[in-house]
Amino acid sequence: MSELSELYQEVILDHNKNPRNFREIENADRWADGNNPLCGDQLRVFVDLEGDVVKDVSFVGSGCAISKASASMMTQVLKGKTRAEAEVLFDEFHKMVTGQLDPESEETHLGKLRIFAGVLEFPARVKCASLSWHTVNAALQGEDEVSTE
Amino acid sequence: MSSFNFQKVRSDFPVLSQTVNGKPLRYMDNAASAQVPNLVIERGSEYLKKEHSNVHRGVHYLSQKATSAYEAAREKVRRFINAGEAKECIFVRGCTEGINLVASGYGRKFINEGDEIVISQMEHHSNIVPWQMIAEERGAKIRVIPMNQAGELILDEYENLLNEKTKMVAFSHISNALGTINPAKEMIETAHKFGIPVCIDGAQAVPHMRVDVRDLDADFYAFSGHKMFGPTGSGVIYGKKEWLEKMDPYQGGGSMIKTVTFEKTTYAGLPEKFEAGTPAIASQIGLGAAIDYLNSIDLDAAFEYEHELLAYATERLGAIEGVKLIGTAREKTSVVSFTVADIHPHDIGTILDQEGIAIRAGHHCAQPVMQFYDVPATARASLAFYNTKEEIDALADSVKKVIEVFS
Ligand SMILES: Cc1ncc(COP(=O)(O)O)c(C=O)c1O
Repeated sequence: MSELSELYQEVILDHNKNPRNFREIENADRWADGNNPLCGDQLRVFVDLEGDVVKDVSFVGSGCAISKASASMMTQVLKGKTRAEAEVLFDEFHKMVTGQLDPESEETHLGKLRIFAGVLEFPARVKCASLSWHTVNAALQGEDEVSTE
Repeated sequence: MSSFNFQKVRSDFPVLSQTVNGKPLRYMDNAASAQVPNLVIERGSEYLKKEHSNVHRGVHYLSQKATSAYEAAREKVRRFINAGEAKECIFVRGCTEGINLVASGYGRKFINEGDEIVISQMEHHSNIVPWQMIAEERGAKIRVIPMNQAGELILDEYENLLNEKTKMVAFSHISNALGTINPAKEMIETAHKFGIPVCIDGAQAVPHMRVDVRDLDADFYAFSGHKMFGPTGSGVIYGKKEWLEKMDPYQGGGSMIKTVTFEKTTYAGLPEKFEAGTPAIASQIGLGAAIDYLNSIDLDAAFEYEHELLAYATERLGAIEGVKLIGTAREKTSVVSFTVADIHPHDIGTILDQEGIAIRAGHHCAQPVMQFYDVPATARASLAFYNTKEEIDALADSVKKVIEVFS
């Protein structure tokens, strides 16, 4: 079960159990819904901006451990980042989970998000990990719905 | 204990003898698609090696070979479901296409503004969406037969839904999400009292119980080859010829015509009228071979054995703390849907996959069922006659492991 334990690491299990920033933001500047019709994962991501900076970001919804942990860790990482920095992270995260970027050998800004590199071994779960990122990206781009079909 | 020789049957399915993630494959996703026995594989390959050509089109040797094999498959289907005539068995791509054919062919002719179509709470999307589409097109309304917590349709309420505006009743013989066997014969009789035709989604029934369309008195009956140990791309919509003759074709093209001029086309008779274009010849011949296979084993004993597996899986999984069974109808086939505490079914599915266990995790194309039970998804083990109690033990042990990982 080595690959499995790589996927379901303590950190992911902890974020699944106690998701951070798991709440709505009233009158948020931006929000978007993310849907994974294959799994039934559904989440809504809220973003409050101050100028160009993500002042607050949160999420609600239901999903598997991977999607919930990914959303939870994403909110932690994005808080305080500029939109440009957020876009770089989105791009790097997306590349990492689709195998286009190897965080072990390449320089990235991913930090603790590198833990999600493990989903590469589980192709069916890649969308779970990336749903919240696609959703926050949509919110920042001013779209209100994404679907990872 | 049934005397069914599952080991013998198992050895007929080559796919089952492999290992996955270093563990023996334990395939329990039969409701999604069943595996294929050697007989079907060999028949398909023999056809492709020696008999392939287009059907109904040539006078040459191969075309006649292909045509006769294709029509022989239709006759096998007829016997297997006890249809009156082979031409009432239309070959389609699968259950989904069969239902779409009825919804569009029947709906455009017989459903009008203000009419009603009755479906049930436990339908697969393929027995919901085609009816919604035709309802929208024709200005008709969908009404839904409710079910109880066990996952059984409430028959009194069903009867109350029927009236002179009802133009079609459509429901599944067996629910893929819950395993419930609906009392199809009784429900058809009720609809017929009102003069309403009934379309049955038999995708899960044909592989797991004896189906006799004339005894049921079904007006339409749809099923897929790949769920009954045949190839994908094969399937059947049975329809009483009285209906099929009155309906317009579903698609236009080659093979389905009598004469074509630019002014007017006249249609061929049954079944060609509903089989436009070159069909999935090899697949339908494979479906015929799947029926040969089912006829070659002791099918009644096989179904009884599946029932034992159901009882055993229900007992083993039901005994695990945190496991909740979804769908506990009195009459069920070997489908066990469940949730485990608040662990998402996808996490369950991934962890079981590491143990070589293939189950389905998701909404099973039956989102209204998930909404009814207020769950985003369920895990589902669906068993066939080649599964074993030992596999169910492995499933139960692995579910316990899942609970450990998440504890
Ligand atoms: C009850 C039921 N109806 C319809 C279908 C659709 O079958 P197919 O996808 O083969 O057309 C399925 C299969 O998923 C099913 O289980």
